[in-house]
Amino acid sequence: MVEVSEELIAGLKKKAVTLRKHIIRMTHNAQSGHPGGSMSACDIVTALYFHVLRVDPTNPTWPDRDRFVLSKGHACPVWYAALAERGFFPVEELMTFRKLNSRLQGHPELGTTPGVENAAGAEGQGLSFSVGLALAARMDHKAWRTYCVLGDGEQDVGQTWEAAMAASKYGLDSLTAFIDRNGIQQEGRTEDIMPLEPLAEKWEAFNWHVLTIDGHDFRQIFAAIEEAHRTRGRPTAVIARTVKGKGVSFMENKIKYHGAATSDDELKLALAELEAMEAAI
Amino acid sequence: MVVVGADTTESIKTLDFGKAFPDRLIQLGIAEPNMISVAAGLAAAGKIPFAATYSVFGSAHTYNVIRQNVAYTNLNVKIFCSHAGLTVGPDGATHQINEDIALMRGIPRMTVLVPADGPETAKCVDAAAAMKGPVYCRFSRTNVPTVTSSEDGFAIGKARVVRDGFDLTLIGCGIMVARCLEAAQLLEREKISARVINLSTVKPLDLATIDRAARETGGIVTAEEHTVVHGIGAAVASAIASNHPVPIAMVGVQDVFGESGEAEELLRKYGLTAEKIVEAAHDVVKRRDR
Ligand SMILES: Cc1ncc(C[n+]2csc(CCOP(=O)(O)OP(=O)(O)O)c2C)c(N)n1
Ligand SMILES: [Mg+2]
Repeated sequence: MVEVSEELIAGLKKKAVTLRKHIIRMTHNAQSGHPGGSMSACDIVTALYFHVLRVDPTNPTWPDRDRFVLSKGHACPVWYAALAERGFFPVEELMTFRKLNSRLQGHPELGTTPGVENAAGAEGQGLSFSVGLALAARMDHKAWRTYCVLGDGEQDVGQTWEAAMAASKYGLDSLTAFIDRNGIQQEGRTEDIMPLEPLAEKWEAFNWHVLTIDGHDFRQIFAAIEEAHRTRGRPTAVIARTVKGKGVSFMENKIKYHGAATSDDELKLALAELEAMEAAI
Repeated sequence: MVVVGADTTESIKTLDFGKAFPDRLIQLGIAEPNMISVAAGLAAAGKIPFAATYSVFGSAHTYNVIRQNVAYTNLNVKIFCSHAGLTVGPDGATHQINEDIALMRGIPRMTVLVPADGPETAKCVDAAAAMKGPVYCRFSRTNVPTVTSSEDGFAIGKARVVRDGFDLTLIGCGIMVARCLEAAQLLEREKISARVINLSTVKPLDLATIDRAARETGGIVTAEEHTVVHGIGAAVASAIASNHPVPIAMVGVQDVFGESGEAEELLRKYGLTAEKIVEAAHDVVKRRDR
């Protein structure tokens, strides 16, 4: 992997602010959608799309591309924002999100949106889908890698653990799972709704290589990815400690913004905060 | 009575039950197959469990668990699900289940309810709790006009004639009952007298009321916020085919997935309107009089 320079980090930080502004605008414009989990995953998605993934916006179905799978499909605003900024489709199209006849569905649809790699909406299917991708890459002797982003609420879903077992059975070391550990699911804190801890030990018990990082620190994200690349014979689970709603003070750690858009007043406040953040980089 | 939930208790309001009876709301997280089997265990030990979440997760997502652990075992589990059909809106196709009636009415022993509005949903809860055996009840997230009254009689297995008429019959369920009534008014202007039936029990089907409608009015239009594949249209068609066949037309989702959009926009785009029911009525009358 390339040297992680100060300039690179600053550029990525700016890009992440741009994505967060898109997320806020898209969900505000739709007056629905899921800003909280989009913002918590934003730095991971930024790191992947703007420094790690080998993808070609002019050829979204290039067979040798790396695969990005968003298992927690409700967080698709961050995915659409990244794809648009990466050139897969025009940035202006983001404002059609959740509208009738749009290519940007409320939950991702495979085949409709350039760059989208999986359909999601019902939680808990993405890691299994990623296992299928990684198995296919191995059969075809391909070097591309699969990155899957899961929610921590998705750790409730039994299928997540069915996939975890399958991935370690087949020693899928080209598969890296990021668990967006923001501590909140739809209607409460994970530890109240369905306690997950000790979570790292669970993944270890399923024979994964497990790392715990700060999911808003680009250097830690890159270090985790490098370690995943070096790890042979086992898939890697990166438990990324994050803040739901990260980047807008009044949205951070608030259960409400799992599935609520900002009001007109809140939109102005949120954008002002993000712009100040951008200026400070 | 106990309620089991899956990280959606606030949005579908079963949380209110939990506030009144904190130790009788069981929160199981995002784990619907587990939720259904836990409900089955509760029922086997004598409780009356209501398993409640969004329809896509309380039906398709858990289909075989319901089949084996609830219906095959004939347990007293009541599955009550909101967010059915297209009117889920902007969340899009993954959350718009238009196949749950088809799935649930195919399972032996299952009672399937589709209330037309708020008052009737309340009656479904009471009636389901009072009967023994598995029940699936689906309703919509969107606001619906009230078309029934709390004084109206209600019984599982009984379809209700909500407007009398003689030229043909419109049979609707759920949010489409209001649209059938609207269509009947439009037809009245053209001197076509339409009977309207609220088919709030899809299974067991009220064969007597449907047969009478076929015999007395000679044509049927069904309307459902659901695919026409194995929905109430198919149920009514097979019922009249084996008794008194008359022309029938089905208004519903035409074997396609939905998409993101506002509820009303989607109903228009996918042809679930009073105007489409009127068109279907014309078609039925034309075929009958040919
Ligand atoms: C199978 C299933 N059940 C219920 C839902 C409704 N739902 C949507 S998002 C969500 C909570 C997700 O929490 P988490 O995975 O932690 O997402 P994040 O915090 O990253 O937004 C729920 C329950 C769903 N999408 N899928
Ligand atoms: Mg979460």
